[in-house]
Amino acid sequence: MSRAFKLPLATLARGLLTMATTLACLLLVTFALSSLTPIDPALRALGDHASASAYTEMRHRLGLDAPWPQRFARYTGRLLHGDLGIAESTGQPVAEDLRHVFPATLELATLAMLVSAIAGLALGLLSAWRPRGVLDGVVRIVSLFGSSLPAFWLGLVALYFFYARLHWAGGPGRLDDAYEYTLDLDSGFVLLDTWRSGVPGAFANAWAHLALPVLVLAAYAVGQVTRMTRAALLSEAGKEYVTLARAKGARPARILVHHLLPNTRGLILTVLALTYASLLEGAVLVETVFAWPGVGRYLTTALLAADTAAILGATLVIGCSFVVINGLTDALVRALDPRLR
Amino acid sequence: MRHSPAALGGGAILALVLMLALAAPWLAPYSPDQPDLGQRLEAPSAAHWLGTDGLGRDVLSRMLYGARPTLALVALVAAGMVPIGLTAGMVAGYYGGWLERVLMGLTNIVMAFPRLILALAFVGMLGPGLINAALALLLTSWPAYARLARAETQTLRRSDYLAAAEMQGILGSRLLWGHVLPACIPGTQVRLALDLAGIVLAAAALGFLGLGVQPPTAEWGLMIAEGSKLVFDQWWLAAIPGAAIFVLAIGFNLLADGLRDLGDPSHD
Repeated sequence: MSRAFKLPLATLARGLLTMATTLACLLLVTFALSSLTPIDPALRALGDHASASAYTEMRHRLGLDAPWPQRFARYTGRLLHGDLGIAESTGQPVAEDLRHVFPATLELATLAMLVSAIAGLALGLLSAWRPRGVLDGVVRIVSLFGSSLPAFWLGLVALYFFYARLHWAGGPGRLDDAYEYTLDLDSGFVLLDTWRSGVPGAFANAWAHLALPVLVLAAYAVGQVTRMTRAALLSEAGKEYVTLARAKGARPARILVHHLLPNTRGLILTVLALTYASLLEGAVLVETVFAWPGVGRYLTTALLAADTAAILGATLVIGCSFVVINGLTDALVRALDPRLR
Repeated sequence: MRHSPAALGGGAILALVLMLALAAPWLAPYSPDQPDLGQRLEAPSAAHWLGTDGLGRDVLSRMLYGARPTLALVALVAAGMVPIGLTAGMVAGYYGGWLERVLMGLTNIVMAFPRLILALAFVGMLGPGLINAALALLLTSWPAYARLARAETQTLRRSDYLAAAEMQGILGSRLLWGHVLPACIPGTQVRLALDLAGIVLAAAALGFLGLGVQPPTAEWGLMIAEGSKLVFDQWWLAAIPGAAIFVLAIGFNLLADGLRDLGDPSHD
């Protein structure tokens, strides 16, 4: 870019403020859930047969008898120190557990994002090329199917065909047992760890296990990215400057690269960020089906065990990532696009 | 009147599913939750068109009854989120000022929340069940309607016909419900059909994770979960309810597509 590029700090600051407010409200929601739950932490700590005085004593020690603003302040303070409580199911601090499982989710969602971004942008471009043509119709049906399939069911079907029947892909989990228990997965990113280990076959095995969950997770997002890209390009293509460019004899490829893409990039960036955030969220279901040891499976295991600290911890990790990705993108798009200021 | 094959097809699918669910007691050949351990895991046959599940229950009967919780959930969420969202949006757009700032601030915040995760946490903390699942989905699904209604209301606020209504003494809620609301309906319809497809999938996901209606009640998501343990041997147990969810979601998505095309003057 040739012209001097100045980021409008005021816009950026306002965006960050909005994001901080949203995060605070998210905390308020999880706090409200932890207060409204019928699961009584004092009773859980003491068991059903505790005396009334021991119960009152425990409630006081856990700070449950304080008024709610005070409890919320204490809750926020603990979170800011990285203290998410102890998970009952693992006996470990929730923050520690989440550090172990988050890379797996991040890896899965990021790869799915790459697949859906490339496929979605390409399909969106193709269908906007000749709107209402044959290709557009096919793309429209594919994206309709993608956004109507329950991801967890698609996962089961994929496992059935490509793993159990055809043996094309690895089964549930991140690696075959032979690798899973011999390799050191210290970074938590299975591709990185198997690559560094140098064990023959481990890296390929990691890919074999990744392929199905990534594709299943991407299936939903592809439809979304395609539809939004198509809509963005078509609404821009109807404008007069495009007609002018065409009248001047610019070729379609030139119009696309020089006129349409620069004017739609903010929108497309937003779509991709929204998709990434929703993929982090959607990973919950796909992880459960594929026994993928990420935040999602951690959450569903905690849900079945009614492990409140783990449920809220996992919710906060995914929720905060979601809010931060959306907030940063929004601020960035506003800062880059003078029309939105 | 123009017509749209997509809207027609989607509407037909939805009407069919609704009719089958309503007529389940007359159509179902067996009881949906009476186990018959002598006939476990039978393949589809003349006696059991879709086979039997792990407890010997007839899958066809369970499929018919299983549509009910899904549809009930969808109806509950729709009946809650649309009025809440539209009211917030119309009030914000019409009265403006600090009321608008507060309402739209809240709308934008909730819009940025992760829907599925919060729904899972909500049901996980407050207990599984149909009502809690509906509340969980309701919590985060109304903001789109608030935005839509506010935008419509703001354009209308300067219109002559609203001024005429005000001069006749029509004010307050009567003005909003009688004169502003109709302008919000077309946008709401498209958005609603689109949202309901997502809610069908979210409801199925909650059922699949055991957070919706509880066994032995038949529900499609729950049936997939029960079938998923047997997927390598009795694949149809998970495949059939999954296909039903897919068809229902397609119905809503087609309807949304069709309504959008009908409302879009640039179409044809």
